[in-house]
Amino acid sequence: MFRSKYLIVVVAMLVLLLGFQAVAQDDIIEIEYWQYNFGARVDAMNMLIEQFEAENPGIHVIHNSDIAYDNFRTELSTSVAGGVGPDVVTLFYGWIPSFVDAGYLVPLPEPFTEEYINENFVPMVSGSAAFEGEYYAVPTAVRSLALFYNIDLLEAAGFDGPPETLEEFKEMAVAATVYDGEPSLDNIVTEGYAIEMNGQAHHWFREALVRQFGGVPYNDDYTEVLWNSEAGCEAFAWLTDFETNLMTGTSEGIGGTADANTAFLAGLAALHIDGSFRLAAANSSEDLNFGIAELPANADGERETYGSYWTHGITRRAASDPARMEAATKFLEFITTADAGTLWVNEVGELPAQTAALENEELTSDPIFGPFITGLAYSHATFFIDESQQRQNLIDAFDLVRLSGVSPCDALQEAAAMEQDLLDEFWESRED
Amino acid sequence: MFNLTLARKKVIWAYIFLAIPIVFFAYFRIYPTIFAFQMSLYDWNPLAEEQEFVGTGNYEELFEDLGKERSATRKAFENTALYIIIGMPAQLLLALAIALMLNEIRFLSSFYRVLFFLPFVTSTIAIAWVFRILYERQGFINTMLEAFSLPTQPFLLSPNQALFSITAMVVWQGLGFAVIIFLAGLKQIPRIYYEAAEIDGATRWQSFWRITFPLLNPSIVYLVVLQSISFLRMFAPVYAMTVQGSGGPLNSTTTVVLRVVREAFDSNNYGYAATLTVVLFVIILVITVLQLRLTSRQID
Amino acid sequence: MATLQRSSVFKEPSRQTVRSRRGWGYRALSYAVLTILGLTMLIPFLWMISTSFKPLSEILIPRFMPIEPTLDNYRYVLTETELPRWYLNSIIVALISTISVAFFDSLAGYVFAKYRFPGKRIIFVVFLSSLMVPTEMLIIPWFIMSANPVVGGTWIDTYWGIAFPGVITAAGIFLMRQFMQGVPDELLDAARIDGVNEFGLFWRVAVPLSLPAIGALCIFNFLGNWNAFIWPLIITSQREMMTLPVGLQFFSTESGSDWHLIMTGASLSVVPLLIVVIIFQRYIIEGIALTGLKG
Repeated sequence: MFRSKYLIVVVAMLVLLLGFQAVAQDDIIEIEYWQYNFGARVDAMNMLIEQFEAENPGIHVIHNSDIAYDNFRTELSTSVAGGVGPDVVTLFYGWIPSFVDAGYLVPLPEPFTEEYINENFVPMVSGSAAFEGEYYAVPTAVRSLALFYNIDLLEAAGFDGPPETLEEFKEMAVAATVYDGEPSLDNIVTEGYAIEMNGQAHHWFREALVRQFGGVPYNDDYTEVLWNSEAGCEAFAWLTDFETNLMTGTSEGIGGTADANTAFLAGLAALHIDGSFRLAAANSSEDLNFGIAELPANADGERETYGSYWTHGITRRAASDPARMEAATKFLEFITTADAGTLWVNEVGELPAQTAALENEELTSDPIFGPFITGLAYSHATFFIDESQQRQNLIDAFDLVRLSGVSPCDALQEAAAMEQDLLDEFWESRED
Repeated sequence: MFNLTLARKKVIWAYIFLAIPIVFFAYFRIYPTIFAFQMSLYDWNPLAEEQEFVGTGNYEELFEDLGKERSATRKAFENTALYIIIGMPAQLLLALAIALMLNEIRFLSSFYRVLFFLPFVTSTIAIAWVFRILYERQGFINTMLEAFSLPTQPFLLSPNQALFSITAMVVWQGLGFAVIIFLAGLKQIPRIYYEAAEIDGATRWQSFWRITFPLLNPSIVYLVVLQSISFLRMFAPVYAMTVQGSGGPLNSTTTVVLRVVREAFDSNNYGYAATLTVVLFVIILVITVLQLRLTSRQID
Repeated sequence: MATLQRSSVFKEPSRQTVRSRRGWGYRALSYAVLTILGLTMLIPFLWMISTSFKPLSEILIPRFMPIEPTLDNYRYVLTETELPRWYLNSIIVALISTISVAFFDSLAGYVFAKYRFPGKRIIFVVFLSSLMVPTEMLIIPWFIMSANPVVGGTWIDTYWGIAFPGVITAAGIFLMRQFMQGVPDELLDAARIDGVNEFGLFWRVAVPLSLPAIGALCIFNFLGNWNAFIWPLIITSQREMMTLPVGLQFFSTESGSDWHLIMTGASLSVVPLLIVVIIFQRYIIEGIALTGLKG
C-alpha cells in the first residue's frame, strides 16, 4: 500500500534525523556569541574564536556580529520573543541591572568568583560588575576618561604642558580663554574649558571630582545617592564655576559649532575631558594639534577617573542546558584572559581590562594610550540603573545653576532627590 | 457561483475589493490599539520571557507621578496643557486676522496665501533646526534685539522661555493651515449680507461681530479641535529643538508624547509608556466626541 | 458636494464687490501688515539658505548675505555625509505609500460609494473610527510587531517597516468615497451591460473620472510621508536606513556638528520640495480648504 510505504519512509527519516542529532550532540557543542558590528571588534573576536576552537575541538562558536550598534539592544529583545539568541552576549556594563531584572543574564559560575575578578581585572570592573552580590559579566577591554589638550592654544597662553592639578587646570582654563571684547559667554573666541554635561562632564563630576573633594558618589551597594554631600556641593560649585563665573566656555559651542565637543575638535578650545573612544575623531581632525594627559589631581595628589566598558555575560538560554553552560563558561574565560586583552588593544585600540595585560611597558609609555592606561588603576565605573535618566539629573542640576541662577548646592539637592527616587523605585521593584 | 443575481455578485465583489483594507485595519490599527491597552496592564519588558501582569499598577504609578512636583510625567502634562492654552488661541487669532486682511485684498492675494502656507508643508525637523539657530545666543533674533538696544534673551536656554520659544515656532509653522481654513470659511459667507449691513449703516466692527464671526463658527470649532489635538500630540518640534531631544532645560518643554518615547525606548518601561498613550487617547476621544456633539456632524 | 476639479472654494461669488466703496486706507493697512508678517514667514527660509553658503568663519557674523559665498558646504554634505542616501530613502518610502494609498484608498472609497452589502456601515465606521486613535498610541505595539513580524525576519530598518503604517489611510478612503459618490451610476450600469467586469468598472470608469481627487490624495500623502518623523525615528536605527527628517535630526559629521553644515542639510531637504509645492499649491491649498468646509 502506498500509505504504509510512505509512513515507513517518514519514520525512517525521523529515526535518522534524531540519530544524527544525538551523534552531533555527543560530538560537538554549538554555542552562539553575539556582539554589535564594528569592523575591528569583529576581526579581533574571530581571531579569539579561532584560537579557542583550536584548543577546544568539542565546541563550535557561532559568531553573530551582523547587528548594527544602534540596533543591538533591540535585536537582543527581539531574539527573546523569537526564541533564539546568544549564549554569550556582549553588552554595555550599564545595562546589567535591567538585563538581570528581566532574567536575561544568569550569575557567572566558577571560576568567576569574587576573588578571581578582584585579582585579575582592573578595580573599576570589580567595583561595578557585581549586582546584588553576584557577578553577571566580565569584559575583555575597557575605556577611561582623560584630559585632551590643544597644544597650540596652551602654548599661546604661555603654558608648555598640560595641567597637573585641578588648581592648574582652572588657572590654565582662565588664561587660555580669549574674548572678543568684554569677558562674557557671548564674546568667547577661544574656550579655556567648556563643561559639556551631556557629554562626559557628569562622569567626571560623579566619579572623579566628588572623590577628589573628599566625598563618594554613592554608598557601597548603590542604594543611596551621596554625591550631594558637602564634598559633592563643593565639587559641583568648582565645576559649574567655569561657565557661570569664570566664563571659560559654554556647553552650547562657539564659533558656529553646536556643542563643546565639536568646539574642541574644531580647535576652538584648549582643554577638554573625554574618553578614549574620542581618539579616532581627534586624530582625523587635521588642524587639531592635541595631547593627552591624566585627569588633574587634587591638592593631595590624588587622582580619580571614570571608566566604562562593554562586557560579556552568559544568558538564560545557555543556562537551560548544562553542556552549553559549560561550553559558554569556557568561552567566556578564554575571551577575558590577559592575552585576549592584549590582542584587543592591538586590534581594536581599546584598553585591556586585565591587570596583567597592563604591566606592559610599551603600552604605559605610549604618549596617547599611556595616560588612559595609567588612569585605569584609579578608575571607577558607576553602577547605573538607568544611565540616560541619571545623566539627565545632572544636566538638569547644571541647567538650574547656569540658567535659573539656583546655587550649585541647591541644584544638586534637587537632582539628588530625583535620583534617589529612581534608585528607591528600582530597588523596591527588585524586592518583589 | 453560476446563478448569482447581480446584487449577490456585487456583494461578493465588494468583499473581495475590501479584503486587503479590512485585513490592514484589523491587523495594523485595531489589533495594536487593543495591544496598547493590554500592554498598559503589564510591567512590559521585551527582554523578559514572560510579562508580569500588574493590573492597574501602571495607572496608579502614573497618578502618583502626577502628584509629585518634580516628576517628568507631571511636567509633561502641565506643558502640554500650556502648549494648547498658549499656542492654540495665538494661532487662531493671528490666522483670523491674516485671513480677514487677505480677504480684503485682490492684488497679490494668492502670492501672500502661498507665502503663509509654505512653512506648513516644510519638514518640522528642518524648520526646528533653523529656529534653533535663530534663537542662538548670538543668533538672528538676539542680533535684532541688540540693534534696537533691547536686552538679549536666552530663549531655548531658559526654563522660563523655552516653552514659549517652541510654541512660537509651532504657531509660525501651522499658521498657513489655519489661514486657509478661515479663508475658505470667509468665502462661503455671501457678500450680500455685508452689503445689506452697510446699507443699514453698520460699522466694519459691527458687521464682523454680527455676520463674520457667527458664520465662521464652524471653521473656528474645526480649528480649535484640530489644533488642540495637534498640540496634544506634539513631539517633533520639542525633540528637535531641545538638547539631545531631552525636552529640557529642566523638563520645561517636555510633552506627553516625548515621555512616551523616552519611557519606552530609552528606559524600557513599555508598560508605563503604553499607559501614557492610553490616557492621551482618552483625552483626544473626549475632545473629538465634544466636537461631534457641538457640530453634530454625521459620519455617514 | 464640493468637488476638487472645477469649483474653486476661493472663487469669488460675484465680481461686483463692495470693496471699492470701502476705504482704501484699510486695504493699504492690510498690505502693510501682510508684508511684514509675510517677511516673518520668509526670514527663517532665507536665513537657512544664506547660512548654507557661508563658511564656518562667517556663521556668527550678523550679516545676511555671505561675505565670501562658498559651495563647499554643499560639496561636503553631498559627498561626505549620508544625506543623498536619506533622500533616496525618503523618496522610496513616500512612493511606496503613495502608490499604495492611491490604489487601495480609491478602491475602498469606490466600494463604499457604489456597492451595497451587509456590514457596509459597520465596516465604514470601524475604518473611520481608527482616525480617533492617535498614531502615538500605536507606535509601541507597531514596534514590537515589527521586531517579530508575521512575515520576514524583522521590519526594523526596512522600507516596508517605515512605510506600513501609511499604506492605507482612513482619511483617504473617506475622501475618495465622497468623491466617487459623484460618479454617475448610469455610466457604471452602461459599462456593466457592455460586459465590463467589476474591477474594470473601477479601473476604467471610476478612476479616470476621479483623477483630480486621486491627484490631491497623492500630493497630500506624499507630503505627509516626506515629513513624517516619529515613526521613522523609532523604526530606523542604522544611519543608512534613515529618512530625511530623521537623518537631519542626527545630522553630524566626522568632526561633530556645525551650524553651516546643518543648514546646508536643511536647505537641501527643504528647497526642492518647496518648489514642487509651489507648482501644485492650488491643489494643495484647495484640498486643505475642503477639509474645513466639511465640518
